Amino acid sequence: MSSFWSIWITVLTILVIVGCFVLLRICSKNTTDVEEGESMGHTFDGIEELNNPLPKWWSYMFYITIVFGVVYLILYPGLGNFKGVFEWTSANQVIGYEKGIKEDSKAAVELANKEGRWVQYDQEVKAADDQYGHIFKAYAETPLAELVKNEDAMKVGGRLFLQNCAQCHGSDARGSVGFPDLTDNAWLYGGELETIKTSIMNGRRGMMPPKGGLPIEDSEAKGLAEYVFKLSGREHDAALAAQGQGSYMKGCFACHGMDGTGNKLLGAPNLTDNAWLYGASRGSIEQTILQGRTGVMPAWKEVLGEEKVHVISAYVYSLSNK
Amino acid sequence: MMNHSQPTGADYNYTVVRQFALTTVLWGIIGMTVGVLIAAQLIWPALNFETPWLTFSRLRPLHTNAVIFAFGTSALFATSYYIVQRTCQTRLFAPKLAAFTFWGWQAIILSAVITLPLGLTSSKEYAELEWPIDILITIVWVAYAVVFFGTIVKRKTSHIYVANWFFGAFIITVAVLHIVNSMAVPVSMWKSYSLYSGAVDAMVQWWYGHNAVGFLLTAGFLGMMYYFVPKQAGRPVYSYRLSIVHFWALIALYIWAGPHHLHYTALPDWTQSLGMVMSLILFAPSWGGMINGIMTLSGAWHKLRTDPVLRFLVVSLSFYGMSTFEGPMMAIKTVNALSHYTDWTVGHVHSGALGWVAMVSIGSLYHLIPALYGHGRMYSNNLVNVHFWLATIGTVLYIVSMWISGVMQGLMWRAVNSDGTLTYSFVESLEASYPFYFVRFVGGLFFVAGMLLMAYNVYKTVKAPKDSLTAVADATPA
Repeated sequence: MSSFWSIWITVLTILVIVGCFVLLRICSKNTTDVEEGESMGHTFDGIEELNNPLPKWWSYMFYITIVFGVVYLILYPGLGNFKGVFEWTSANQVIGYEKGIKEDSKAAVELANKEGRWVQYDQEVKAADDQYGHIFKAYAETPLAELVKNEDAMKVGGRLFLQNCAQCHGSDARGSVGFPDLTDNAWLYGGELETIKTSIMNGRRGMMPPKGGLPIEDSEAKGLAEYVFKLSGREHDAALAAQGQGSYMKGCFACHGMDGTGNKLLGAPNLTDNAWLYGASRGSIEQTILQGRTGVMPAWKEVLGEEKVHVISAYVYSLSNK
Repeated sequence: MMNHSQPTGADYNYTVVRQFALTTVLWGIIGMTVGVLIAAQLIWPALNFETPWLTFSRLRPLHTNAVIFAFGTSALFATSYYIVQRTCQTRLFAPKLAAFTFWGWQAIILSAVITLPLGLTSSKEYAELEWPIDILITIVWVAYAVVFFGTIVKRKTSHIYVANWFFGAFIITVAVLHIVNSMAVPVSMWKSYSLYSGAVDAMVQWWYGHNAVGFLLTAGFLGMMYYFVPKQAGRPVYSYRLSIVHFWALIALYIWAGPHHLHYTALPDWTQSLGMVMSLILFAPSWGGMINGIMTLSGAWHKLRTDPVLRFLVVSLSFYGMSTFEGPMMAIKTVNALSHYTDWTVGHVHSGALGWVAMVSIGSLYHLIPALYGHGRMYSNNLVNVHFWLATIGTVLYIVSMWISGVMQGLMWRAVNSDGTLTYSFVESLEASYPFYFVRFVGGLFFVAGMLLMAYNVYKTVKAPKDSLTAVADATPA
C-alpha cells in the first residue's frame, strides 16, 4: 500500500489505543466535584447516577488487553506497511505482492528464504512433509499392482478418496448423474491400473457433440434411443429400433463402434453394458443424443502430487477388483 | 442538586412508541418461528416441501432480517422514542416524521418478507435486501435521526442521559454502515452488483456485518438497558465514570473489529492482525456495560425473587457478559482456527441474539407496555415468570448444543491420521451434528412458546380496563 495509507492506518490505530489508555487513566481518578459514591446530581426521569470508582479488576483487565495489543502489533504486521519484528507472513503470495512479483511464487519463496522471513504456509508444509513425507515416498516406490494388496495403503487411499474424490463420485464411489460410478467395472477410458492413474493425474475431458455432429434429424432421436435400448439388452420396440439402427449407421459407430461397445481411446461409452452416466431413461438418452454431453474430470497432478495420486489410483482399482 | 419535575405521561407522544412496541412482539414471533422452521429443516430436509420459497437458502436470510431488523430494530425504535422523551422531558421532535418512520419501517419489513423468499438478494449477509429497499431504508433512517436528535436538541434537561449517547451512536453509525456497504450498481429493478470486489468487498461487508452487531445489537440495546434496569430496579446507575469510559472505548474500538470474520482468508495479514487486536481490547469496554447494569442492582437484589421483569433484564446482562467474553476470545486467530465455519459461531451469535438482545427487549417491553397503556403491571405476572423460564431454558439449550456441536466439528475437521490424511470426511462431521441440531430445534421451540405467551399477556394488558392492573408493591419501580 502507498505510504499515505500506511501512515493513515498507523496514526489512527495508535490514536485509538492511546486514547483508550488516556481515557482510562483520567476516569480512574475522581476529577468531578462530587465525592466518590455520591450522586452526580442530575436526574433523568427519576434515574440518578452515582460517582462510583471504576472496579479495579476491570481496569487491570483493560490495561492488560492494551499491553497485549501493543506488543502484538510490534511483533506482527498490523501497523500499515510495518512488517513486525518477526517478519511473519501467512503466505509467499504476500511477499510476492510486496515486491511486485506476485505471479512467480518460486521467486517469492527464494526471497523469503534469503531474507529469513517466517512464512506460515511454508513452515506448515515443511512440517507435514517431515512427518508424513516418508510414508507416501515408500508407497510411491511400490508398483501399483503390489500396492493394491497393501491393506494400510488401501486405508490411506480410501481416506484420500473421501476427502478429494467423494464430492463428485460419492462416499460410496458409485457416482451420480454426470459423474462415473467407479465400482461397476464399466470404464470409459480403461480400468487398468496405469490407465486409472493417467486419468487422475491428467484429468479427462469427455465430449459428445449434439447428434454426434452427424446429419441426423431431431425426429430420428426416438428411434436411436430405442436402438440404444436394444444394444443394452433392454425391452424395446423392434420396429422403432430397426429405424434407429439406420440412423446409427450414419456415423455413430465411428466412436461407439459397429457393435456399440464404445472406444476407450476416445472415452466413447460402451452402449451395451447398461451403465448410464447421464441417466438410463428414454428421455435422458434422447436428450443426450439431441444436445450432446460434456464431462470434465480435473487433473490432480498439481493439487495432490504424484505420490498421493499413486495411492488413490490403487484404491480406485481395488473398488471393482476385489 | 438539580432535580427536574416529572411531567405526566400525557405530555409525551406515545402513539408511535405503542405502534413499535406491539409490532416488536408480532415480528418477534414471525422471525423466531421462521428460525425454528429452518432449524427443523436441518434435521428433516423434506420440510422445505420441494418449494423454492420454502428452502433453507431463502428462509435463512428472512429469519435473520426478521429478527434483527423487524424484531430488534422495532424494539429499538419503541424504546429510544420512549426514553429520549422521558429523559429529555420533552415531546418527540417532528411527530409526523416519527409516524413516517413507523409506516416506512413496516413497508421495508413487508418488502423483505416478499422479496427474500422470491430469491431476490444482493447476497451480502444481513444486507440482502435489493437496492430499491436499501434506498427506502436510508430515507427512513435519516428521518429517525432527525426525530431523535431533534428531540435531544429541544431537551429540557441540562445534560444528555447515557442511554441517549448509546442510541445516538447507534443511529449515526448504522446510517454510515448501511450506506457504504449497500453501494451497488443496479442492472434492473431487482438486481444490482456491489460497487466493491474481491477482498475489499469482503472487508466492507464484514465491517458492516460486525458493526451491525456492535452498534445495532450492542450499543442500541445498551441504551435500552441504561434506562430500564435502573427504572425497574428503582436504583441509581452504579457508576457515571464507568459509563463514560466504556461508551467512548466501545464505539472507538468496535468499528475496527470486522476483519476477525475473515481470518485465514485472502484478506491482507496486517488487516487480520489489526482486527484481532482491536477485538481483544474491546473486551473490557464491552463488560463495562454489564458491570454498570448488574451493579445498579446493589441494594435491590431481593427484588429478583419477586420481579420476573427484573430477572429478564439481569439474566440478559449475564448472557451479554458471556457472549462479549466469547467474542474477543473467538477473534484470537488460534481459537478462530478451530471455531471458524462451525456451529460454535452460530451458538455465539444466538447467545447474543436470544440471551442478550431478545431477553433485554422482552424485559423492557414488560416494563414499557403497562406504562404505555396506563397500567401498573402486566396482565399476568405469572405468565411473565413462565416466559422467563421458557426463554432461559430455550437459550441455554440452544447455546450449549451449538457449543458442543461446534467444538466437535472443529476437532473432527482438523483430526489427522498417522499418515497425515484427515480422519473424518465432511459428511461424517455432519452426521455427528444431528443430535445437537435436534436439541437446538427444541431450544428454539421453547423460545417461541415464550413469545406466544407474551403475545397473549400483551393483548390482555392492552385490552384491560384503565387502571385495573395496579402495581404489585414489591415490584414497583421507584
